Amino acid sequence: MSTTTADTSVAGRGMDWRRLGRRHGWTVGLFLLLVAMVLYWRSSTVLPWGTFDVQSLSTDAMPLAFAAMGQAIVIISGGIDLSIGSLMSLVNVLAAKYMVTDLTSVTPRSFQHAIVVSILLIAFGFLAGALTGLIIHFTKVADIIVTLAMLFVWAGVALAVLEVPGGGAPTDFTTLVTTDTVLTGWLPKALVFLLGAYSVIWLTIRWRRPGLSLYAIGSNRPRAYLSGINVPLTRVMAYALSGTFAALGGLALTAASSIGDPHAGDIYTLNSVAAVVLGGVSLLGGVGGLIGPLMGAFVLTLIKTILAIKGVDQNWSQVIQGTIIVLVVMVGGLAIRQKGKSG
Amino acid sequence: MTTVPAEPHRRELNVRRLLADNPAVVLTFVLVALFVATDIINRAQGQGAFLTAQQVSTTFLYAAILGLIAAGQTLVMLTGGVDLSVATTATAGAFMVSSYGNDGAGAAIVIALGVGLAIGLVNGIGVAIFRVNPLIMTLGVSTITLGLLTIYIQHRFTSLVPHFVATLGSARFLTYVPYNLLVWAPIAALIILGLRYSGIGRMIYAVGDNPEACRLAGVRVWQVQIFVYVVCGMLSALAGVLLVGFNDAADLGIGAPFLLPSVAAVVIGGTSIFGGYGGYGGTILGALILTVLDSLLVILNASAATRQIVYGLIVLALAALYARIILTSE
Repeated sequence: MSTTTADTSVAGRGMDWRRLGRRHGWTVGLFLLLVAMVLYWRSSTVLPWGTFDVQSLSTDAMPLAFAAMGQAIVIISGGIDLSIGSLMSLVNVLAAKYMVTDLTSVTPRSFQHAIVVSILLIAFGFLAGALTGLIIHFTKVADIIVTLAMLFVWAGVALAVLEVPGGGAPTDFTTLVTTDTVLTGWLPKALVFLLGAYSVIWLTIRWRRPGLSLYAIGSNRPRAYLSGINVPLTRVMAYALSGTFAALGGLALTAASSIGDPHAGDIYTLNSVAAVVLGGVSLLGGVGGLIGPLMGAFVLTLIKTILAIKGVDQNWSQVIQGTIIVLVVMVGGLAIRQKGKSG
Repeated sequence: MTTVPAEPHRRELNVRRLLADNPAVVLTFVLVALFVATDIINRAQGQGAFLTAQQVSTTFLYAAILGLIAAGQTLVMLTGGVDLSVATTATAGAFMVSSYGNDGAGAAIVIALGVGLAIGLVNGIGVAIFRVNPLIMTLGVSTITLGLLTIYIQHRFTSLVPHFVATLGSARFLTYVPYNLLVWAPIAALIILGLRYSGIGRMIYAVGDNPEACRLAGVRVWQVQIFVYVVCGMLSALAGVLLVGFNDAADLGIGAPFLLPSVAAVVIGGTSIFGGYGGYGGTILGALILTVLDSLLVILNASAATRQIVYGLIVLALAALYARIILTSE
């Protein structure tokens, strides 16, 4: 949030509050919700709540958080990426397959090898996303259809790579996400990676030409075109970034579970959209940021964690989670409606 | 006389216009081509002809379920929405029939349709009154429904599928005519004619084309939206009834394979995902095309992986082809 307040300080002070509230009210509200949930979570654990819980939450939320950030970029640009989940599955199985010497004995390779594989897969994610963007541009078919088709394609390739769950990863690699911390036990590396990816991939472009172009083509494509923005290139970039985040999410899945599963990513397509909406990004495009979806992913994960602690049956937990998502977006819908009436 | 050199060019344009105005022509061509290709491949593999009355009948038998789900999807997409809860609704319909089977087929089917209606109503209220994005609303409702179904089957023993439903879903009369066509054909006729001639039918197009203009013209947009989601829920539940009749047992994953094909069938059929343009005729052809495609992939003995990849690529290719025809005609 500290990043998004920067632009408002430039204008005069007195009238800024309303604009600030309009732009960031949702994000602040979501942050307060997250804090409230963490406090509730803390009070309801039987064992003493501590660094371990923060670590496990970060590990659990990491794949969804990456997926949500990728999805958010595409949605801000006025599209939607339904292929995120299966691309995550594909990266997950590729990583699990090539981080071991062979699939039968499952002997992990060295840490260095795992890092090289990771870098290659992140590049692969970028290219796979770019491919989706290029197909959308050249075929002129709607985003939702192309990414739906790509969902099938990547899921099929993932099955071809690894038909049944298997493979593995070196322990040094998995602990990066599961138990390692930075400086203090309260700062898990998983969280550092999330914020790192956010800073390196998003903050570097957000206030520069590429980032502003994303918002422009998301809010009004013909006007963006008339303002001299390279619309096709920006769209391809959006999908390429989404693919990059999907690859990071797939790697997070591999590290968190130390196994490759061709269906591991299935749930993330839908959940990423939910996290994005919860994060205050309009599905119409052009509005929102990445911090909201990031927190949205944590909120969704925390709901699951809290329900599990409360001993709620897993199926009821699914029902409750779905109901909460629906209610949240309903309230959001009403809020937009009220704003439309008053303004 | 001077126009002679321009003649071939103009003719080409006319063909394109014809294709754009009647996507059914292209789709029928694709369908026949797929059938012939499947026939050739089947013969080449020494398994005899595919283009037989028996196989055509089987194609319709399979396509009816997808056709019904895609019917609801067409109506929803014509208003500019999308319903991603159709598969779960079909599953719910299937479960209702098999768990209330002992109370008689009629009662079981009514309960199934009632559940479909309820799911559609929730979707419709969320989308129309609370203005929730349809994608999110229907996905959320789908998650909730699936969770509730899982809990439901832990508490209620599912009995056998009533004989009537099994016959309806899998048997044929006059050797070649599947009974489920008796369900699908009248509904298809009703939807095609209803969209064209009835007030609500025209309203569905109008709302999809420009909801704001509709509102200003005094149309109760929310009523039209709730209507399409309710009809979609009921048609999906009905498809679930046929599905469980075909499979003879319900499981939690029974409807899932129909979710994406239902959207694909509508898109292949030429209905715009932005609403206001298209119709059910194209969707029927889309459903048939996808069904034949599925048979082709089975005949080719393709692995699950290959089938998924090919499926995705073909949906993409058909959508691209379609977009090209529409764009060049403008």
